Amino acid sequence: MLTAHRLGKRYGEKRVLRGVDLELPDGGFLVVTGPNGSGKTTLLRICAGLAAPTSGTVERRATRAELGYLGHEPLVYRELTALENLDLYGRLYRVPERRERIGMLLERFGLWEARHDRVAAYSRGMTQRLALCRVLLHDPALLVLDEPYTALDEAGAELLDDQLTELRGERTFLVSTHDPARVAPLASGRLALGT
Amino acid sequence: MTYVRDVGALARKDLLLELRAKDTLPAMLLFVAAVFVVFHFALPGNPSRLETTGLLWVAILFTALLGLGRAFVPEREQRTMDGLVLAPCDRSAIWLAKSLATLAFLGAAEVVALPLYALFFHRIGGSTVLAVVLADIGICAVGTFLGAMAVVTRARDLLLPLLFLPLAMPIVVGAVGASIGHSPGRYLGFLALYDLLFGVVCWGSFEYVVAE
Repeated sequence: MLTAHRLGKRYGEKRVLRGVDLELPDGGFLVVTGPNGSGKTTLLRICAGLAAPTSGTVERRATRAELGYLGHEPLVYRELTALENLDLYGRLYRVPERRERIGMLLERFGLWEARHDRVAAYSRGMTQRLALCRVLLHDPALLVLDEPYTALDEAGAELLDDQLTELRGERTFLVSTHDPARVAPLASGRLALGT
Repeated sequence: MTYVRDVGALARKDLLLELRAKDTLPAMLLFVAAVFVVFHFALPGNPSRLETTGLLWVAILFTALLGLGRAFVPEREQRTMDGLVLAPCDRSAIWLAKSLATLAFLGAAEVVALPLYALFFHRIGGSTVLAVVLADIGICAVGTFLGAMAVVTRARDLLLPLLFLPLAMPIVVGAVGASIGHSPGRYLGFLALYDLLFGVVCWGSFEYVVAE
């Protein structure tokens, strides 16, 4: 599903990634770990197609329609409601039975009651739950998740655990985390980045 | 057909955001009204049609610049451009939708601005109204394209006018010519040609603006 060979990335003089190789087969679950500044986010952005490597190559079999990306930002509009945000992405991703799918996800992540509230009124944890709904909306084949447990309370984290467990094997995952123990039972491999 | 639906969904989002945040249109309205009021008192006596036509176009251009500067602010502040760029739609749909939304804001500002101009200065003819429509299209097409380029830079507030104003000169020439010239048809044709050429260039190259 995803192969990277000798990936390198520089921002001006600063070298963020150096010679990273990874191979993620269909159905795999690769956990990326490393201290702050080790290039986890940069690696995931390159793998998602949001950034270009300075050196090396990355080959991704999933198209944009088959990719679900969760970054540090939730990628939702604060002045729109949860429903409006998901409806926008649902239209752009041409999700079949969009309304039902949106309703199901909002229900699952505990946001149904707040669906008509603007995201600006959401807590950070609720916004992260909405971001997860956005990522899962089009049922992507490849999920690139950067610190997916950020800001989630225990109930939210358990919801995400359940979701990942349900999709494990059927979907391919590239997940960065500071808490590898949490996803260890699901992981098929681990990539540790240094500083 | 899916392209039209994508553009519709994205433009609807921009209109909704403005409806909620009210960041752009009120600023444009206040600015253009203030310009006309100030010039009404700053130009003594009875200024000629030639002078005030120039003023009209300067006011329209800078009002548009105000809207263009705000066009990509939600995407910058909330980093949502990543989400739009990753969506499987044609990326030019992002540009087209944003241009249409900015065009709607500029048009709404002009619905107030043109009668104000007529009130303070001179009546507006049909050729001027047509020139406004054609100029707006060019301004929004080129300005939105440049706005997307400028928004990722630190000097975005400076960069957008620096890039936009030279490229808007042909619009000013065509628009002023259509407003006061003896054969407005030639100038309107020139504006239409500008819209077509720059519209196609912006549409075809927007992909490279948003992709790293």
